[in-house]
Amino acid sequence: MAAPLTVVLIVAVTVRACLFRSSLADLIAERVEVVSPLNAWKRVVEGLALLDLGVSPYSGDVFHETPLIIYLFHFLVDYAEITFMLADVITAVALYYAVQDYNTQVLRQQKFALEAERLPLDSLELIRSPRQMYYIPLKVAMVYLLNPFTVLSCVAKSTCGLNNAIVALFILSTIKKNALLSAIFLALSTYQSIYPVTLCAPAVLYLLQRQYIPVNVRWASFWWFLLQYAFMYLGSLFVIICLSFFLLGSWDYLPSVYGFILSVPDLTPNIGLFWYFFAEMFEHFRLFFLCVFQINVFFYTIPLSIKLKEHPVFLIFMQLAVISIFKSYPTVGDIALYMSFLPVWSHLHRFLRNIFLVSCVLLACSALFPVLWHLWIYSGSANSNFYYAITLLFNVAQILLVSDYFYAFLRREHHLTYGLYLKRKDGSEATLVLK
Amino acid sequence: MAEQRFRVYVCVRVGACVCMCLGLCVWDATPPETTTTSAGAHPKDDFQEELVIRPLQSGDVYASFQFRTLWETDFMKGNKVSHYRLFPKSLGQVISKFSVRELHISFTQGYWRTMQWGQPFMPSPPGAELWVWFQDSVTDVDGTWKELTNVLSGIFCASLNFIDSTNTVQPSASFKPLGIGNVTDHRFLRYATLPREIVCTENLTPWKKLLPCGSKAGLAVLMKSEKLFHSSFHSQAVHIRPVCQDSECTTTSWELRQTLNVVFDLHTSGQGKREWSLFKMFSRTLTEACPLASSSKIYIDITDNPQGEQFELTPATHLLSQAVVLGDRRTFSVYDLTEANTFGSMRSLNLLIRWKSSDMLRPLLHAERYVAGYGLQTGEIHTLMYNYHPFRSFPILLLDSVPWYLRLYIHTLTVTSKGKDNKPSYIHYQPSKDRVRPHLLEMLVQLPPNSVTEVTVQFERALLKWTEYTPDPNHGFYVGSSVISALVPSMVAMDTNNTKERPLFSSFFPCKEESSYFVRIYTEPLLVNLPTPDFSMPYNVICLTCTVVAVGYGSLYNLLTRSFQIEEPNPRLAKRIANVIRRLRGVPPLA
Repeated sequence: MAAPLTVVLIVAVTVRACLFRSSLADLIAERVEVVSPLNAWKRVVEGLALLDLGVSPYSGDVFHETPLIIYLFHFLVDYAEITFMLADVITAVALYYAVQDYNTQVLRQQKFALEAERLPLDSLELIRSPRQMYYIPLKVAMVYLLNPFTVLSCVAKSTCGLNNAIVALFILSTIKKNALLSAIFLALSTYQSIYPVTLCAPAVLYLLQRQYIPVNVRWASFWWFLLQYAFMYLGSLFVIICLSFFLLGSWDYLPSVYGFILSVPDLTPNIGLFWYFFAEMFEHFRLFFLCVFQINVFFYTIPLSIKLKEHPVFLIFMQLAVISIFKSYPTVGDIALYMSFLPVWSHLHRFLRNIFLVSCVLLACSALFPVLWHLWIYSGSANSNFYYAITLLFNVAQILLVSDYFYAFLRREHHLTYGLYLKRKDGSEATLVLK
Repeated sequence: MAEQRFRVYVCVRVGACVCMCLGLCVWDATPPETTTTSAGAHPKDDFQEELVIRPLQSGDVYASFQFRTLWETDFMKGNKVSHYRLFPKSLGQVISKFSVRELHISFTQGYWRTMQWGQPFMPSPPGAELWVWFQDSVTDVDGTWKELTNVLSGIFCASLNFIDSTNTVQPSASFKPLGIGNVTDHRFLRYATLPREIVCTENLTPWKKLLPCGSKAGLAVLMKSEKLFHSSFHSQAVHIRPVCQDSECTTTSWELRQTLNVVFDLHTSGQGKREWSLFKMFSRTLTEACPLASSSKIYIDITDNPQGEQFELTPATHLLSQAVVLGDRRTFSVYDLTEANTFGSMRSLNLLIRWKSSDMLRPLLHAERYVAGYGLQTGEIHTLMYNYHPFRSFPILLLDSVPWYLRLYIHTLTVTSKGKDNKPSYIHYQPSKDRVRPHLLEMLVQLPPNSVTEVTVQFERALLKWTEYTPDPNHGFYVGSSVISALVPSMVAMDTNNTKERPLFSSFFPCKEESSYFVRIYTEPLLVNLPTPDFSMPYNVICLTCTVVAVGYGSLYNLLTRSFQIEEPNPRLAKRIANVIRRLRGVPPLA
């Protein structure tokens, strides 16, 4: 297994290295789909330049990275390309081992269910064989590394790649049952971009499940574990935030990083829903809609956790997707992260309803982004509505994709409990509906 | 047009405000407690007027009016004064109420073309420019600045009330005080420009009213707005600063300088004939000096015409004067209006120059600026500075104040001279805050002899909220002029004695050393296009985006709250009704 992974890694690094050397690199680094004001490399360099001039990078409104990123690139600015390639490799390897571990876990659970004869006879068709699942971890690593979105993001040196690496390490340590590392990486990714805080629900659920602690409010051990995890998470968050304070000696970065993420003052176009909405917003409704849109990102955590409390890894996937669709400054790098999980759910394909349509729309939109951008910004023959229309369609397609996978996942679970070929009362073949 | 109307409205409103606040101020000011200076020893106020006319090689004529009112008083010590003779009361109250140390304001229509016209006596950028040094007793400088701009807006009937934190900067080196006192703490300095400001008659009228004689007598009678604004360049300014009365500086006084600079394009309107007269330029002639003026003179620059071979000046005068101005020794014909024989038998003076048949003195320092790049995403500001001195290099201070919606990337700043990197020896950079303050970039660059120095910096254009665009967004957004302040090596020895009696036009910038003179140059303002949203569809955008969010919410809500069930076929309506009837009859229902 290690050999194919190595080949994939070598191919991925070669592709990136070639692109870094080509003239395309500058072009890609300017693309609004690939970099946002939050993670553009140009702004990192600007922050370092400001620091050199003796000006606090947070005194202006160009730099919005966290102090740890400045500190990191203070030393690594000359090795930025290697750093970003390394981040992608780390993400891919972490996802590879995480999915491998998760798959053995799935197989073991399936074996227990078969032995206990809990599964209905006709749902045996849905049982997954180890042979089918053998290449899934490799596919995950490959989909992440060779996804054009990831490649673009890496070549543009978007710090989104680093955030993805932290999230991947968080997933790995969670699946490897290491609560401390899981809490630390979760705190780091929260520190980087706030939104991953919602991933604490699946992490806690997974760790509880693996330690055979039931999710029950009347169990003391449940509360004890919750308290432990919260302490580790908040403790490491506190340490990181204080460390950032001591690095620059001021709290200026808090409004400049988190205030910037939450209040969306920069309306530079991107692939998300925020920019045009708030550019066209009536001034007195701005705060209201800002709250609605931001709450929307966090809102799905609780109902999804309740519905998917037996399946925390799927919950992680759902959360990542919701964040990357509804966050304030999304880039294609965020999409690449949740898309790399799609091979894990390859067994759901028979229940997907409109995957063909959705993939066509996603592909078409990805191609149309640069075209309509050019028409609007450079040739002046189109206006902002054209680009906006494509972002809308792209987001609808993403929502349909995610909800389709969610539907397929729930339906498979239903079939695993009630059998694959359901009959009506009169014995004719039944159709399943949501009621 | 709409803007003009709006401005008149603002002006009336702010004007009313000013009246109220000045009224209050007068109430406060009574009675004057003490008069500190030795009253009656010598006249406390002094007024001088002067007009310089310089025929330019391009065929244009440059006319520069300067009016200086000196007022010996002690504002600095905080004494309230309620007696005004020549000094305009409105400005006197403003400087005492707001504890102003120095105030410089200019309104300019058109751009001064240094390469064709040489250096102006009083440089000013297109639009409105205001810079003020406050006294160090002021605690809330920003608040005072805000009030002051509103009051000045009323006094000069201009849109100065649009000066706010987004276009105000505190330059650290470029704008030193020009009067006495060597305060260098730039916390008390505020600088702002409004490059879009349109200057017209409504600004000229209040400006003229500040003169002791108004426009009734003296040189000010020449200021007819229909002629002054029918010109290539028009600039009017007010400078207030404290100055010394004598070389020992035992007594100080306030100096109010009002300057008005016009460049007339008489070449095109004169049907090919190069000939001008006071009457042709101003549609007036002079009949008397301002009775309140201690000196009233007209200077005609005849340096390029020593033997009268270029042009002919009538009436001729034998009074010649030499002055060193802007590093060059110039010869002037002088007409003293306080003497009756200047006006001749006609009781009226109409100067006339007839051109006979021309290389022009190239200014040593010249600058220009433009935006490079295409598209509405990024761009690059190029500033070119020319040093034409054959063998001397000299340092210049470059000040750039760029609005926040052009996000500057300071790491892309390059300074090159003669194809080589020319590292600035001093850089002061203050990044912008969105919707709060602009970028401020100041740097000290050494210009090598006979060279072009190019400063480039990249920027990104921001997409604004739809309400933040001006009513004509596709016209573009103005970026104020860069300011270049320099000590240029002088060809002739400069006079460092600032208290000596000199023509007004050569005595504005204090001169500290003999070998160089101070020059301030303004580059062109920039007009930059920004990407615009579609202004016609806020409702559509709100509806469509909310729909997409609702699609996301709806589909997840659907899956979260519902469960899978087998669809049972519904019995037909007729069958159901039949079953109800059968149940009433007590008969078993149909299957």
